[in-house]
Order: sequence, then C-alpha cells, then structure tokens
Amino acid sequence: MMLGRVVGRVWATVKSAGLEGQRLLVIQPLTPELTSSGKLLICTDAVGAGAGELIYWCRGKESSFPFLPSAVPTDNTVVAIIDELHVDRTVRPLSESPLC
Amino acid sequence: MLIARVIGDVVATQKHASHQGRKALLVQPLHLDGSDRGTAVVALDAVDAGIGDRVLLVTEGYSAMTGVGRPNSPIDMAVIGVIDSIHLDDPPSPSS
Amino acid sequence: MILARVVGTVVATRKDPRLEGRKLLILKPVSPDGKDEAGYVVAVDTVSAGCRELVLAVSGSSARMAEGCKDTPVDATVIGIVDTVDMDAPPSKGKASK
Repeated sequence: MMLGRVVGRVWATVKSAGLEGQRLLVIQPLTPELTSSGKLLICTDAVGAGAGELIYWCRGKESSFPFLPSAVPTDNTVVAIIDELHVDRTVRPLSESPLC
Repeated sequence: MLIARVIGDVVATQKHASHQGRKALLVQPLHLDGSDRGTAVVALDAVDAGIGDRVLLVTEGYSAMTGVGRPNSPIDMAVIGVIDSIHLDDPPSPSS
Repeated sequence: MILARVVGTVVATRKDPRLEGRKLLILKPVSPDGKDEAGYVVAVDTVSAGCRELVLAVSGSSARMAEGCKDTPVDATVIGIVDTVDMDAPPSKGKASK
C-alpha cells in the first residue's frame, strides 16, 4: 500500500456498469515525510475518505477485493484513513550499512 | 521479495475490515548497498516487526494476503520475515 | 521467467512458518548475454542453487506453482539451474534482408 492525500473527486456519468455507485477520488501520492511523490491518480474508495484526508491505498487486482462479490474494474482503492503517522528513519540495526 | 527497513507505523481507525488487528508498518525498500530504493510503502505486519528492523517484504497481492492470513482482501504488501543477516558474495556496487 | 545470478543469501529466524526450512537467495537479474541488470529480488530456492550460479526464477503468482510453494506467502522462486544459454548471432548492421 502507499501513502497519499485526497486532493479531489471525479464524477463520470458514462462509465463501466461495474463502477456504478463508486466514489472516485483524486489522490496525491506522498512520502512518509508528506512531500509529494509521483503523479496524481484516480482511486475508488472503500472507506469513505474525504477531501484533504491522509490515506493509504492499495494497488493492483487486490484493490477490487473490498467490493466483492461485485466485480469493480479498478486498479487503485483507498483502504484506510490515517489518524497518525510515526516515522523514525534514524533507528538502524547495529550491523547495518552496508547491508551485510 | 525485497529487503526493506521498518521506518515507522501508521495508525488508522477507519480502515477496511481485513486490515483490523494487523499493524500497518511504513517500510522503506532497500538496494543491496543499503540505500533507499524508491519511496516508502505501507505493509501489513505478519511477524511483529518493529522500527529499525530489516525485514522481508512481499510485494505481490496473494502472497501478502496469505502472509497475514486474510484471503480476498485489499492487501498488496506484507512483512513476512525479520532478517537476521544477509550474506553477499561480492560487495555490492552503489544502488545495484 | 527471468535469468538471474545468485549473489547472496538472507537469513531470517522470525518469519512466516510456511517459510521455515526454505533457503532465501538474493538474485540479480542478468540478460541472456550474461550482463548484470539493475535491481535484485529475494527468492525461495527450490532446486538447491548455490553461490554465483546462473538460475531461472519466476515471480508473481507463478512462483507458487513451484514444488512445495502452494499457498505460501512467496512471490519469487528459483526453479532451475541454467547449464547453458545459446543465443543466435545478432543480425549485423546494414545487412537486414528486405
């Protein structure tokens, strides 16, 4: 899964029948430091995320699984709204860098 | 599978039911020389890994789902092992 | 399926029980003419491959088709040790037939 922020929504009248009733969100992928990483993308939504919320989303075939048994033709789905994020890049095992 | 380092965790109340009860870790995939490989990702934890641990990260859906024991779930990455040691035959070239 | 060279091993005690007793190899992809390619992958060994050997590896769901890997959390496996790779001579420049 990847971190991101909801930055918009997409409405489409003409769409695949499988997408009927699905919310489509525009997501900005983020690094753990919350800087932008990569292009905006469109996700379906499994948790009711709203504008500006920090989320993580799932890629690939697995992203259609929240909607089972309906077959939703999606490749990215928001699966959680993030309350808190703890990042500490300073902690390293004693024997690290180089890896072995 | 990739080698990665746990750099944090994610707390989420409102999440898909299949993610309940599993820790969501922020993990940074690594190159063989120990440098960062791309951006950090969120992976569900199957082995009780902690911040700073070097771990094995599966990056394919089915193996991630079976790793955390949640079939047919929106899970595409999971931590399935805590690495004790890595042996390389030759010293790695930078960012290989 | 990719050609790869075994460049190392990974040892993990705390891991998914279905991975117990499995050797984990670090593979570096190589092109058919033997040149190293970018990246690496950690794969489960099913053929007792050794250091620096040229191997065949599969990734994704096909990785679980390998012996003993059914329903295990594995996304890459070594499924063969390569003896030789035969390549046709590359077409020489400027002599392509019409």
